[in-house]
Amino acid sequence: MTENITVPSQMQRRIIPARLSFFRFFKALNYLGYPDWQKQTILIFLVWDWKNKKKRPILRTKSNFYLQRATNDGCTIRCKENAMCRLLHLFSTALVLTPAPLVALEFNMPAGVTDTSQSVFNLHMTIFYICLVIGIIVFGIMFWSIFHHRKSKGAKAAQFHGSVLVEVIWTLIPLLILIAMAIPATTTLTDMYDATESDLDIQVTGHQWKWHYKYIGEDVDFFSILATSREEIENRKQKNPNYLLEVDNALVVPTNKKIRFLFTSNDVIHSWWVPDLAVKKDAIPGFINESWTLINEPGTYRGQCAELCGKHHAFMPIEVKAVPEVEYLAWLDAQKASKLAAAGAVDKDWSKDELMAAGASVYEKNCAVCHQADGSGLPPAFPPLNGSAIVQGDKTGHMQLVINGRQEKGMPAFGAQLSVADIAAVITYERNSWDNQTGDMVSPAEVQSLMDSQ
Amino acid sequence: MSTHTEAGHHGPAKGISRWILTTNHKDIGTMYLVFSLIMLFIGGSMAFVIRAELFQPGLQLVMPEFFNQMTTMHGLIMVFGAVMPAFVGLANWQVPLMIGAPDMALPRLNNLSFWILPFAFSMLLATLLMPGGAPDFGWTFYAPLSTTYAPPSVTFFIFAIHMMGISSILGAINIIVTIFNMRAPGMKMMDLPLFVWTWLITAFLLIAVMPVLAAVVTMMLMDVHFGTSFFNAAGGGDPVLFQHVFWFFAHPEVYIMVLPAFGIVSQIVPTFARKPLFGYHSMVYATASIAILSFIVWAHHMFTVGMPLVGELFFMYSTMLIAVPTGVKVFNWVSTMFRGSMTFETPMLFAIAFIVLFTIGGLSGLMLAIAPADFQYHDTYFVVAHFHYVLVPGAVFGIIAGVYYWLPKWCGKMYDEKLGQWHFWLSFIGVNLTFFPMHFVGLAGMPRRIPDYALQFADFNMLTSLGAFLFGTTQLLFVYILIKTVRKGKPAPQLPWDGAKGLEWTVPTPAPYHTFATPPVFGDK
Ligand code: HEC
Ligand SMILES: [Cu+2]
Repeated sequence: MTENITVPSQMQRRIIPARLSFFRFFKALNYLGYPDWQKQTILIFLVWDWKNKKKRPILRTKSNFYLQRATNDGCTIRCKENAMCRLLHLFSTALVLTPAPLVALEFNMPAGVTDTSQSVFNLHMTIFYICLVIGIIVFGIMFWSIFHHRKSKGAKAAQFHGSVLVEVIWTLIPLLILIAMAIPATTTLTDMYDATESDLDIQVTGHQWKWHYKYIGEDVDFFSILATSREEIENRKQKNPNYLLEVDNALVVPTNKKIRFLFTSNDVIHSWWVPDLAVKKDAIPGFINESWTLINEPGTYRGQCAELCGKHHAFMPIEVKAVPEVEYLAWLDAQKASKLAAAGAVDKDWSKDELMAAGASVYEKNCAVCHQADGSGLPPAFPPLNGSAIVQGDKTGHMQLVINGRQEKGMPAFGAQLSVADIAAVITYERNSWDNQTGDMVSPAEVQSLMDSQ
Repeated sequence: MSTHTEAGHHGPAKGISRWILTTNHKDIGTMYLVFSLIMLFIGGSMAFVIRAELFQPGLQLVMPEFFNQMTTMHGLIMVFGAVMPAFVGLANWQVPLMIGAPDMALPRLNNLSFWILPFAFSMLLATLLMPGGAPDFGWTFYAPLSTTYAPPSVTFFIFAIHMMGISSILGAINIIVTIFNMRAPGMKMMDLPLFVWTWLITAFLLIAVMPVLAAVVTMMLMDVHFGTSFFNAAGGGDPVLFQHVFWFFAHPEVYIMVLPAFGIVSQIVPTFARKPLFGYHSMVYATASIAILSFIVWAHHMFTVGMPLVGELFFMYSTMLIAVPTGVKVFNWVSTMFRGSMTFETPMLFAIAFIVLFTIGGLSGLMLAIAPADFQYHDTYFVVAHFHYVLVPGAVFGIIAGVYYWLPKWCGKMYDEKLGQWHFWLSFIGVNLTFFPMHFVGLAGMPRRIPDYALQFADFNMLTSLGAFLFGTTQLLFVYILIKTVRKGKPAPQLPWDGAKGLEWTVPTPAPYHTFATPPVFGDK
C-alpha cells in the first residue's frame, strides 16, 4: 500500500498513496481488473443464503473466496460458494476493502491556474456561501417550527394568513442580494469576453472523437487522440492515474502569454473544456467561437469534451501542457522539423511490409473507433471493411472514399486529416487484412497524384 | 350535501370497454396515473442500467452507444411519460372535484388525449429494437447529432414527440376550458384552490410551448428527409438555431413539470399545519411571474455556445430574477408552517421534503445562473444534480404527496401509514444518496452523459449508484402500498385529514362515479 507512482506535476496534488475516506470501505469490484487485486484482503457481502433462505452478512478473506478472470472478453467470476457467485453475477456489488493506489477525492471546483479561473472560483464560492446562509436561515426557521409547532406538543394553530409588509420585505431583500451577486459576475464575464491583443492564436477543431490543433501562422497542426489503452478501458489491465485523461499529442502552450482559441467543429457540436483554465466553449460546425487564457503556472492541465457528440464522447480528452516560452519555441521548431521529414516520406520508396506496419497503427488510431479493430464495423451506422466491396474493389475507388470521406453519412474525409503516407499505409493495410487479400499495395505517390488531380 | 346521491346515474361500464371508451374524468385520471407509474418503472430501469455501468470506472455492462440510448430514453420517458402524465392524471381527478364541476368540459377529447399516449410511447420504445438502435442523442437532441448523424429511428422519435405534443395540447385546452367555465356558482378566480391555479397557468404554458417543440422536430424531419438545411451549416443553416428553438420550448417545460407540484404542496401544507395558506394572493402572482419569466430565460442553457456579451448578460439577469418569485413561494410555505399545529402523515412528509430539496435545487439553479461560473458547471454532473433535485424530490415527491393525500378520497380506503412512513424515509435517503454526490463530481469536473470516467470520480459515483438502487427498489414498496390500499385498506372517513378544506372533501368517500351533478354553491361549506 505504499506503492509510489510517478505522475505529471499537475496530477500530483490529486493523488495520494493511501486514503482514509469513510466510504472507501464501499469499494466494489472496481479493482477486479487490477492485477494486484489478489493482495486485497477483506470482502464484505450481504448475501442471500440459498441454503438457509435468509440474508446474512459475511466477511470473507482470500483464503475461502476467490475471483478469477478466465477470459478477456468478459468477466468470469468463479466462487466457491454458489450463492455468492449468483449475487456477484447479478449485481457486481461485492464490497471490497482495497489497498490499491487511489486517486484523491475532489469535492470542489478547481481554483485553476489563471487569473480568470481564480475569479470564477471566487465567484463560485461567494454564491455558494450566500446560498448556504439563505438555506440555513430558511431551513432553520422551518425546522424550528417543525419541532415546536407540532400538534403532539399541544401547539394551537394561529390563523394569520398574510402580511403585506413582510411579503414586500422578502421580495426586496432577495432582489438586493441578487444585484450584489450580479455585479462581480458582470465584471468577470466582460473580462472573459475580451479576447483581443492575443500573443498566440490556436484553432481548435472538434472531430468525432479527437481534437485538432492548429497554431495559426506557424504551419504546425496535429490531432490529439485518447492515449488510454483499450485493455484499461475494458478492465483487463490496471488503470493508470490519468485514465481517460491522457492523449498522444498534448496541446503545448507557453506560460504568461495571452492565448486566443478559435473553436470550430468538423461534424457535430463538441465542447472544449479544461477546468483549470476555466475555459469551456462549444465547437460548432460552420461557426467559430473564441475564448482566451493566460496561464500563470507551468504544468499539465487536463479536460474533456463536454458536449455529447456521439458514441465516443467520453473518450476525447484534452491535455494542455504549459511550458516556459523558450521550451515552447524549441518544441515548435521540433514540430516543424518533423513535419518536413514527413513530407519527404512521399518520395521515399515504401515496401509493402513497411506500409502494412505503418497502416496497422494508423488504423488502430483513426479507424478502429468506427470500423472496429477486426474490421467488422458496427452496422448499420458503420459498415464492415472486412469483405467490403469498396475495399476489395479497385484502388482508386477505395482511395477516393478515404480521401474525400462521406461526410453526410459520418465517414470523415481523411485527405484533410492524415498525411499522404498514412493514407497510403492505411489503405494498403485494409486491402490486405482480415479476409481482404487483394495482394496489391497503394503507394504514397499514387495517393499524392490522385489528390493532385482532384 | 344530499345532492350527491347517485340513484339516477348509471355506474361505470363493465370490462375493458369501460377503460377504452370512458369519458369519465375519474377513470381517465386513474388511467393517466397508472400509465405514468408504468413509465416511471420503465424509465427507472433505464436509470438502473446507467447507474450499473457507472458503478465503477471502465466499461463493463453496456457499450457506449447503448449507454447513450439509455440516457436519452430515460430522459424522454421520465419527462414526457412519467411526470407530465402524472400531473394530468391528478388534474383530471382533482380539478373537477375542487371547483365543483361534474366532469371535464370536453370529456371525449379527454379520452383521446389519454389514448394517444400508449401509442406514442410504444412507438418510442419500439425504437430500441430497430437497426441502429434507439435515439442516442440525449433528451435535448441537439442537431446535427440528431439529424445528419442520427440513427434511422430518429423518424419514429419525431413522430412520437408529435403525438405526445398533441396529447398535451388537448389536455391543456380541456383544463383551461373546464376552469374557466365550470366553476361552482359563486367561485371567483381568486377563490380557486392553488392546485387549480397552478394547473391553469401550467396549461397556458403547455399551449404556448408544445407547438414550438412540434416545430423544432418538424424542422429536424425536413433536414433528415427532405433536404432542407435548417440546422446544417454546410447548407447555410445554423446548429445553434436548434438550441434556441428547443430551449424556448424546454425552459417553460421545466416549469410545466414543477408548477403543479407547487400547487399540491400548497394544498397539503395548510392541511397538516391546520392553518390557512400564508399569502394566497402572492402565491398566485408568484406562479404567474415564474411562468412569464420562463419565456425570457431560455438561453441560460446555452451560455457556452458563444452568444454575444449582451445576450449573456440579459439571460443571466433574467434568470436570476426568477429566484425572487420562487423565494416568495418558499417563504410562504415556511410561514404557513410557522405557528401551526402540525402533524406529519406521509403526504406532509413528502411535502416538507419537497420544500427542502426543491429549495436546494433552486439554490444550485441560482449558482448556474451566474454565467461565468456556469462555464465551469455547464454539461457536468453539477447540472445533473441540479435538475434531478428539482425533478425527483421536486416534481416526483410532489406527485407522490398528492397521491397519498387524495388516495383516501379516490378509493375510499386508507393507506397503511406505517408503510407510508417507510416509503418516505427510504425514498428520502435514497434520493439524497443518489443526487447529492453528483454535485461533487460535477464540480470536480465530470462531464455528463459519459459511460466511463476518470478515477478521481469513482467513489462518489459508486455512492450515487448505491443510492439509485435504493431509491429505485423503494418505489416497488410504493406500488405495494397502493395495491394493498385498494385491495384491503381500512375504510377511510369522509374527511381523512382533519385540517383539509375545499370542495373535494365534501363529496362522499369514496368519491362516487359522478359527482356534483348538481353544482354546489361555493361558500356554503
Ligand atoms: C467517425 C466514424 C468513422 C471513422 C473514424 C472512419 N470511418 Fe470509414 N466509414 C464510416 C461510415 C459511416 C461509412 C459509411 C459511409 C457510407 O454510408 O457511404 C464508412 C465507410 C468507409 C469505407 C467504405 C466501406 C463500404 O464498404 O462502404 C471505407 C473503405 C472506410 N470507411 C475507410 C475508413 C478508413 C481507412 C478510416 C480511418 C482512416 C475510416 N474509414 C474511419 C465512418 C467512419
Ligand atoms: Cu466531443
